[in-house]
Amino acid sequence: MTEPPIVEIRNLSKSYRRGSQIIPVLSGISFDIARGEFLALMGPSGSGKSTLLNLIAGIDFADTGSIQIAGVEITGLSETELAHWRAGNVGFIFQFYNLIPVLTAFENVELPLLLTHLTRKERREHVEAVLSVVGLTDRMDHYPAQLSGGQQQRVAIARAIVTDPEILVADEPTGDLDRASAEEILSLMDRLVTEFGKTVIMVTHDPRAAEKAHLVRHLEKGELQ
Amino acid sequence: MFFLKFVIKNIFRHRLRSILTIVGVAVAVLAYGLLRTLVGLWYAGVDRASDTRLITRNSISLIFPLPVSYLERIRGVPGVKKVAYGSWFGGIYIDEKHFFANYAVEPKSYLELYPEFVLPEKEKSAFLMDRKACIVGNRLAKTYGWKIGDLVTLKGTIYPGQWEFVVRGIYHGADRTTEERVLLFHWDYLNEAVRQTAAGRADQVGFYIIGVTSPAVAPDVAVAVDALFKNSLAETLTETERAFNLGFVSMTEAIMVAIQIVSYMVIAIIMVVAANTMAMTARERLGEYATMKTLGFTAPHIGGIIFGESVAISLAGGILGVVLTFPAAHWIEVELAQYFPFFSVSRETILLEMLAALTVGVVSGIFPTWRGSTIRIAAGLKRIG
Repeated sequence: MTEPPIVEIRNLSKSYRRGSQIIPVLSGISFDIARGEFLALMGPSGSGKSTLLNLIAGIDFADTGSIQIAGVEITGLSETELAHWRAGNVGFIFQFYNLIPVLTAFENVELPLLLTHLTRKERREHVEAVLSVVGLTDRMDHYPAQLSGGQQQRVAIARAIVTDPEILVADEPTGDLDRASAEEILSLMDRLVTEFGKTVIMVTHDPRAAEKAHLVRHLEKGELQ
Repeated sequence: MFFLKFVIKNIFRHRLRSILTIVGVAVAVLAYGLLRTLVGLWYAGVDRASDTRLITRNSISLIFPLPVSYLERIRGVPGVKKVAYGSWFGGIYIDEKHFFANYAVEPKSYLELYPEFVLPEKEKSAFLMDRKACIVGNRLAKTYGWKIGDLVTLKGTIYPGQWEFVVRGIYHGADRTTEERVLLFHWDYLNEAVRQTAAGRADQVGFYIIGVTSPAVAPDVAVAVDALFKNSLAETLTETERAFNLGFVSMTEAIMVAIQIVSYMVIAIIMVVAANTMAMTARERLGEYATMKTLGFTAPHIGGIIFGESVAISLAGGILGVVLTFPAAHWIEVELAQYFPFFSVSRETILLEMLAALTVGVVSGIFPTWRGSTIRIAAGLKRIG
C-alpha cells in the first residue's frame, strides 16, 4: 500500500483585485506532493508560484478549491486556527532570511518555540540541537548583522526546523546569496529531506537550485505545466 | 520575560528616536506637573482658609473702609468669640519689584485668630509692647536678611510718607502652606499718624476678622453682623474666609483656566508626536510582524509587542518627568520665591503626571497596534527586501 501524499491540492484558484480589475493568479490547479519530497516550483515572474507556496503554507487564502496537508483541510481554517497550525506544521525559509535584527541567532531560532509549552531549558536544548545541525553553534550569540548572508540563511533554516515541522516552504532561499553560500544552503536543505525526512517545497528562479530538487514543476500563467 | 526583553530591545533599536520621544514625554509631563502645581497654589489660599473665621468688609468694595467703632457691636453678636481688625497698608520696600503683603492690624486678637503664625512668646511680647514694632514671616526675613531689631522702612502708597518699623519678631508658618512673606504692624501706629496728617481717614479699618465659636454658627453670625449695619453709611458684607479668598482668586480665574488648557494642550501635542513615532516604528517593522505571524504568532502577540513598546516609552518619559519635577519645583521655590513662597508638588499631581504619561502611551499605541496586528502576512512580507 502506498503512503498518501502529504499535500493534496484540488481545483485551487486565486485572483487578486487591483482597483476594479480582477487578476487571476492561479486557475484550477490540482496536484499532490509526496511525503519526503524535495519539490522545486519554477516559472516566470507573475506565474503564481509564490502565491501557490503561500497558499500551501497557510499564509494566504484561496478563492476556491481545497488544500489538504497531512490530512488537514486548511482552506476552511480561520486566521487564528491557521496561525496555530502553521506554528506546528510548517517551517518557512525566505529569500531575505527575515531574521529579527534585535535578536541574536539563538533568540531568532527560539522564537517559534515561545508558542509551545516547552520549558526554558528544553527550548535551549532544542535551539542548540538545530544550530548544531546547521553548523552555527559557535555563532548563537551573534546578531544577524554580524553574520554573512549564508550564515543568516542557516539561522533561518534552524528557525524553520526547530519545531520539527513536516513541511518546509522556501521562497527563493538562494536568491540573495553568492554561489558558494547558495550551494551550502541547497545541500543543507537536501540533508533535511534525506536525513530528517522533511518535505521541502521551494520556489526558485535559479535552474541550479532547481537541479538540487528531486522534482521540478513549472507554473505558467497560473497553471501547472 | 522574552517579550519584555524583546520590547526593550525594540525601544533601543532607534536609540536617538526613542530617547527624543522619551525626553519629549518627560518635558510634557514636567510642564503639566508644574502648571498643575501652579494652579493648585493659586487656590491654596482658599484651601488653607479656616472654617471658624469670617471676614467683614464694606459691602460696596474692599477699598472702602469701615468705622473702627463697629468693633464692640460685632463682639456682641452671639457666636462671636474674638474680633480683630486691620487695613491693607500697601507699603513698598525699596521699589515695586520687592513686593510683599503688609498689613496694619490689631495685633493681640489678630495673632490669637491666626495660630498658624507661630511666634516665640518673647518676640510676641516684644511686638505687642512696641507700637513701632512689626513682625515678619520667616521667608520674608530670609529674603532681605532681616534680623530682630532691624529697622525696616516702607514707602506708603495709600498712606503717604516713609514708615519705619522695628522688627520684633519673625514668625514661622505652622505648616508649609502658611504664608511666610507678610509684614504685620500695629494698626494704632498707623491710625495715630493718619489722625495727624489726614484726620478724615482716621479710625477707619479695612476689614474685621471674626472668630466664631464653631463652623456651624458661621452663617448665622455673618447674617447677624450684616444686619447690624443695614441701612448705615457703611454697610457690611460678611463671608467666610474661604469665600473671601475665593473672591480674590476668581478675579484671575480666566488666567488659571488658560493655564489649565495649556497644560492639557502640552499633553495632547506630545500624544500626537508619540503617536507619529509609534506609527513610523510600526510601519518600518511590518515585514517583521508578518514574519512573526508566519511563525504562528497571532494578532494579540504582535499587538502586545507594539502596544507594550508604546506604553514603555511613555512610562519611561513619565518617570523621567516626575523625577525632574522635584528639582524643577525646588528651583522655582528658591529662584522665584517672591512669586511662589512655596512650590510643593502634591502626591495627586505626581499620580496625574504618571496617568498623563500612561494615557499618551495608550492613545499613541492604538493605531500602530491595530495596523501591526492586522497586517496581512503576504502584504507584510512584500515589504522585506
